[in-house]
Amino acid sequence: MLKKILPNKILSLNSNIINILIFFLIIFLVIGLIYSLVISPPDYIQGDSVRIMYVHVPSSIISLGCFSFIGIASIFILIFKIRFISFITKSLAPIGCIFALISIVTGSLWGKPTWGVWWVWDARLTSMLILLIFYIAYIYTWKFINNFERANKISSIIGIIGLINIPIIKYSVDWWNTLHQPSSLSLTSLPTIHYTMLIPLAIMFLGMLIYSLIIFLTGYKIEVMKFKLSKKKNHE
Amino acid sequence: MFSKKARSRLSIFIVLLFLSIIAIFFIFKSLEKNIVYFFSPTEIYNKSDISFNKIIRIGGLVKKNSIKKDNKFIIFTITDLKNEIIVSYEGIVPNLFSEGKGVVAEGKLKDKKYFVANKILAKHDENYMPPEVKKALENSNN
Repeated sequence: MLKKILPNKILSLNSNIINILIFFLIIFLVIGLIYSLVISPPDYIQGDSVRIMYVHVPSSIISLGCFSFIGIASIFILIFKIRFISFITKSLAPIGCIFALISIVTGSLWGKPTWGVWWVWDARLTSMLILLIFYIAYIYTWKFINNFERANKISSIIGIIGLINIPIIKYSVDWWNTLHQPSSLSLTSLPTIHYTMLIPLAIMFLGMLIYSLIIFLTGYKIEVMKFKLSKKKNHE
Repeated sequence: MFSKKARSRLSIFIVLLFLSIIAIFFIFKSLEKNIVYFFSPTEIYNKSDISFNKIIRIGGLVKKNSIKKDNKFIIFTITDLKNEIIVSYEGIVPNLFSEGKGVVAEGKLKDKKYFVANKILAKHDENYMPPEVKKALENSNN
């Protein structure tokens, strides 16, 4: 499976694989949305606004995950100069960016009925906004710098600096007093979300993960194709 | 294992990593006071340099049976189970504001035990459950 991601193998990615993924995406999203919007119960104090969580939490996890990968991969790009990793990070960035935006917007929609305000400058919300800014900076570096080597270097530096922000986002709610609540899910303790809410959350997460995979695979393939084409042009 | 160039880049990277970790540690240490969104009653109690005319935020739990409403004003107690501060506020509180739940108040301290708020935010905790489960939990506790 992992070998498929190598630049020469990705070109054999055909619409069959994508169609299968889209099929699963539709199934997960339909079940997930029905479960989270209709079947799952309202919360004991938040009421129906708890349903925003089923989009908010997966988006946040995916946007954090994408940037963690971009940041760590950037270290490898700068040290070992492995070109195809840049194609991966480059095609991951828009996905993470859009999910960071979704996370902030849905969080704000949830904040108004729950906290009483759309936005506060607490550590979690501010660091999440900084992540979005890093994503935008990363994407625009690739967009506006035409020289591949230069864009690669500058974007990798942005990726590594942005990597510092990731643990800050993750642990902001534990290290400092924040208005945002601490995580309900952790590796070391039982989830503090009732299972009738945890199941739709898991289904929605898988659905959104498959969506990200589809966008990533097609984007990555296009990046590799573009590169091969430009190489061919240079030869002629 | 790696090429010579990669090895030198790797060593530069490790040195930079070490230096930046130390730098970041000190930056956060000095920023700590600004990053905190609100102070708990105990933090206020222990603080020696309180400015009474500056807008600050305090947070904690709304003490049980402490809410007193009088057509416009609301007075309640914020507690962190060690220390308490009495808060008075004029206006409408958010829907989720209730006894035993988290709250953040923005305003000015009159003295270490009395706070005049101009904004009240409800703080939600990390527990999510349906109403029936909450009821069952309460019944089993009683």
